[in-house]
Amino acid sequence: MKQKQNAAVFSQEEIAPGIYDMWIETSLAKQARPGQFLCIYPRDKSTLLPRPISICEVSEDRQALRIVYRLAGSGTREFSYYEKGENISVLGILGNGFPLEAAAGKRVFLMGGGIGIPPILELVKQLGGNGSQDGAMSAVCEEVTMILGYRDEKTFLREDFEKYGRVYTATEDGSVGTRGNVMDAVREKELTADVIYACGPMPMLRAVKAYAAEQKIKAYISLEEHMACGVGACLGCVVKTKEIHHHSHVHNARICTDGPVFEAAEVTI
Amino acid sequence: MNTQVTIAGVTFKNPVMTASGTFGSGMEYGEFVDLNRLGAVVTKGVANVPWEGNPVPRVAEVYGGMLNAIGLQNPGIDVFLKRDIPFLKQYDTKIIVNVCGRTVEDYVETVERLGEEQAVSMLEINVSCPNVKEGAIAFGQKADALYHITAEMKKYAKQPVIMKLSPNVTDITEMAKAAEAAGADALSLINTITGMKIDIHKRKFALANRTGGMSGPAIKPVAVRMVYQAAHAVKIPVIGMGGIATGEDAVEFLLAGASAVSVGAMNFVNPYATVEVVEGIEAYMKQYHVEDVSELIGAV
Repeated sequence: MKQKQNAAVFSQEEIAPGIYDMWIETSLAKQARPGQFLCIYPRDKSTLLPRPISICEVSEDRQALRIVYRLAGSGTREFSYYEKGENISVLGILGNGFPLEAAAGKRVFLMGGGIGIPPILELVKQLGGNGSQDGAMSAVCEEVTMILGYRDEKTFLREDFEKYGRVYTATEDGSVGTRGNVMDAVREKELTADVIYACGPMPMLRAVKAYAAEQKIKAYISLEEHMACGVGACLGCVVKTKEIHHHSHVHNARICTDGPVFEAAEVTI
Repeated sequence: MNTQVTIAGVTFKNPVMTASGTFGSGMEYGEFVDLNRLGAVVTKGVANVPWEGNPVPRVAEVYGGMLNAIGLQNPGIDVFLKRDIPFLKQYDTKIIVNVCGRTVEDYVETVERLGEEQAVSMLEINVSCPNVKEGAIAFGQKADALYHITAEMKKYAKQPVIMKLSPNVTDITEMAKAAEAAGADALSLINTITGMKIDIHKRKFALANRTGGMSGPAIKPVAVRMVYQAAHAVKIPVIGMGGIATGEDAVEFLLAGASAVSVGAMNFVNPYATVEVVEGIEAYMKQYHVEDVSELIGAV
């Protein structure tokens, strides 16, 4: 059940320039799955709309959520000032999340680009990379390959991923790993997989979609769009669909509610 | 304490409704609020056939409000009658269906289909959406065009007709009077105010449609003024909306002359807003010893 409630900031730090890492204590953590998101409301009443932010990690005791976000405007600037103990207003849990079952018995690519990297972290934990805490899920996939794309050497969260296995890195400026994006790393290192999970900027997701089509494998991509309500009522955040969508009855799906994760072949991006 | 209001012969348990397009058909917000608490659910605009709507970005935040250019995406009347009406029928609230179209014939077809549906209490005719090129606003910005479509709707409608007016006109009283003269049973206003936002860093329009309709608390004073002017220009009831967030805001509209109010964009900010407005009106009535909510209507 979706709820708007207060959550307490447990910690916050800037982990790269303009990238903030915040843990919040909230009962919403109980139901959170990888790929789902929260809406956070700024206190400043001139900025009314909630900011959708993906879940990076769920604490082991399921009492807290970690969010890692980029300073993008006035709302996230306000969030970046929050300190331990402050109350914030959140709406959640929202969205469908990544379909874990599609990884069963498969070799999996987990791909994150830029601020699309955070939601991949909880996913690798649940898909059972080496050292995953979630024993129940650890048998599901055959092999996990993590590929992260950054702008430069500020490779935030990379150490968190390395706990769960081999991480390939791509940077736009070539300062770390392969020069280019995650698909360039796949080609350079001759990596292969049976299924892909990805979140990142649109050019990266388009490249992932094209690669998946060429390899005839499925790719689950997490999309973002400007949102208003976050709960599927306003129809602000739609993506074009290949077929007529079962809810809208037109070629549109709501990213907030039908997504944010879609099978790449089903959407036009 | 009596919170009931009657508009065109339809009695509502309280004067709080949802503004079309901000509440879907109630399914999404039914997770947050008890729809039985609302005077009415006014549905998102429905046309005779499905509409795809506009490209994204469709929404943008502005100071104290937002812009939208959804473009009246809707599944069409067939799906609406099969899915949305049966859902709403489960609740003890009145159903008002917002109708949109590109041509008079489109509107007539939808209005006729809705005539068969007993559960629908009223029709709200959308002649004021600023975000679609054909129809809609074309009927709502000239008094003679508004008169014509209102008269056509009244010819075919089985339920009382509310004409939803645009604020993007020179003289709202002229439009209100034209709708009344053509037989409208009630008016609702305001629809959104046409606006624009430009991203100075990307040097691009914030909305794919370039312009969008502005809503939210920032437009409330404009809405209160127009509701006041319209309510004093006509004898038919007026449903007021524009930036309502609290019971106090709603009371302001009632005092300006509205017989009922709608909560719109604030649903996005606070999914519990509708029921909080109901409770806020009750608290105000208690505080000022108002026995009947109708005492507030136009009481300035």
